[in-house]
Amino acid sequence: MKSIIKFLGTCVILIILGLMFSSLILAAPLKIGIVQIVEHPALDAAREGFITALREAGLREGQEVLYDLQNAQGDFNNAISIAQKFKDDKVDMIVAIATPTAQAALQVNKEIPIIINAVTDPVAANLAQSWESSGNNVTGMSDAAPNALQIKLITRLLPQVKNIGTIYNAGEVNSVVQVEEVKNTCKELNLNLVEVTVSSSSDVLMAAQSLMGRVEVIYIVTDNTAVSAIESIVKVCNQEKIALIVADPSLVDKGALASYGIDYFNLGKRSGGIALQVIQGAKPSEIPLQKMDDEKDLQFVINLKAAKVLGLSISEEILSEADIIIKY
Amino acid sequence: MSISIALHALEQGLIFGIMVLGVFLTYKILDFPDLTVDGSFTLGAAVTATIIFSGGSPLWGTWLAVISGSLAGLFTGLLHTKLRLSNLLSGILTMTLLYSVNLRIMGKPNVPLLGKVTLLEEIKVYFPYISENYLTPFFFLLLVIIIKFALDLFLSTEIGLAIIATGDNEQMIKSLGANTDLTKIMGLSLSNALVALSGAFFAQYSGFADVNMGLGTIVSGLASVIIGISIIRTPTIFWRTIAVVIGSLFYRLIMIIALRYGYRLGFEPGDLKLISALLVIVALTVPLIKRKIDFLTSFNLGRKDLQNNHKEV
Repeated sequence: MKSIIKFLGTCVILIILGLMFSSLILAAPLKIGIVQIVEHPALDAAREGFITALREAGLREGQEVLYDLQNAQGDFNNAISIAQKFKDDKVDMIVAIATPTAQAALQVNKEIPIIINAVTDPVAANLAQSWESSGNNVTGMSDAAPNALQIKLITRLLPQVKNIGTIYNAGEVNSVVQVEEVKNTCKELNLNLVEVTVSSSSDVLMAAQSLMGRVEVIYIVTDNTAVSAIESIVKVCNQEKIALIVADPSLVDKGALASYGIDYFNLGKRSGGIALQVIQGAKPSEIPLQKMDDEKDLQFVINLKAAKVLGLSISEEILSEADIIIKY
Repeated sequence: MSISIALHALEQGLIFGIMVLGVFLTYKILDFPDLTVDGSFTLGAAVTATIIFSGGSPLWGTWLAVISGSLAGLFTGLLHTKLRLSNLLSGILTMTLLYSVNLRIMGKPNVPLLGKVTLLEEIKVYFPYISENYLTPFFFLLLVIIIKFALDLFLSTEIGLAIIATGDNEQMIKSLGANTDLTKIMGLSLSNALVALSGAFFAQYSGFADVNMGLGTIVSGLASVIIGISIIRTPTIFWRTIAVVIGSLFYRLIMIIALRYGYRLGFEPGDLKLISALLVIVALTVPLIKRKIDFLTSFNLGRKDLQNNHKEV
């Protein structure tokens, strides 16, 4: 009897030792908490880009890495709660998509690395001390859109344009910063900028209608409210034969004329690359915050269907520069 | 102001007018400040857009929007009457949970409808002799008139009168043996059905449904009701339903004027809300000032029978 108990005891001890040993060999999967402020096609693309970059580096979901995907549904208070949850769960890394979630993540925790994504100006948002080094646990990608380049594109496509209209939510910091940049560029180029503000996506239609007869082209920055209602703007532009240029290239196939901007999937992939550096041991403060300002990072999309509606012909020279041409 | 801009203000005033009739029913008739509206407006848009986007009939989409809106109102009514939650809280809770429900329905935050056949295109067949520019405002005018008369008729039935009485004096009608829980639930269902119908048409008119599009619906609804009722002060249901639709038209007109001409006066783009609020204040105080002046010039300061026109706005 004694020997049986001894034998069973030894077995149990061996099994426990075996389990401990195997868990040492098969390292626990990396836990990454991803939080984005709202459901939004561009932000979703950035998230997918991030996950793709890690997958391509051999970190598969459910195997080497576990994702905890969270959405603040547009509420900053939710963003804070989610950040607290990540901290309590002791995740290895937080990926914060868009400015408010990044601010919430940094507010709650100053140790776990935070990879920010789609934050227009991390320095102005107090997320980092400078672009070269955040000085804290933050690093990542900015989605500062090349607005000056877009306005120059407008003057190339439509040389006779004098008045540019724009619609944005004055409550979105990112948009206000971008419109300021657009305003300065317009001043340099002697163009007149007509600004209209909205506070909800149901106001956008009326805002677009109020621009009728006052502008020859409408330019939309990466403003979440205006972008949510881009169909209304397209509708008014088609009726009134006004050209529509958008900062986000993924919107062109919804009926805009052209865009020269950032592809959010690529943005997400770049931030995934930064995350890999952090996983390999680099400190977030050692990795500079990056912008997509290189020409090869940008995407030039042109929509010939929209050009046809406007009765506009586009020169071969411009067409040859386009990365994507939407044909009719 | 060009005619087409006035026409756009008219179209939107009429579309939102359906919603305003719903808000009027709860806020003025039932004396129930119902915040469900922000959610049920989006709900109507979400249901219709999802059905049209997946190839369904726009007419069915619109009908289902009405039904889903009435269910949202039913839910608020049950929270308030059966679970005894306060009227404000019931509305807030339904509005909050509808955000997630709307996301579930659409499967994504934004459903585009551009290029899809909506009810507004389908009706063209029935009105071949009206030019396209005037068809949409004509259709909405017809619709609002039908809804207005249907609502008048409903409120003159026994159930309708019980709903009015519930708003006027709940204790009294309870003591007469009426079931006020039922009248409240019916009023809320009907109101939110109208709001969802308005959302359904707004989605088809503007070419998209968005999970955040209902934001501030209740504010514009209440503003329209109050503007309308302070412009036309006849207290019969017949005139009051006309008044609130006119209030809605007026509100949209103010909005478009603020958008188009506000900046000429040196306002900043971010001042839009301020301008529209100021214009509403002006619109509401002009009749009051006018009455004050009439009152002073008529030198009848002592006569009580001429002083009873100070009604609460």
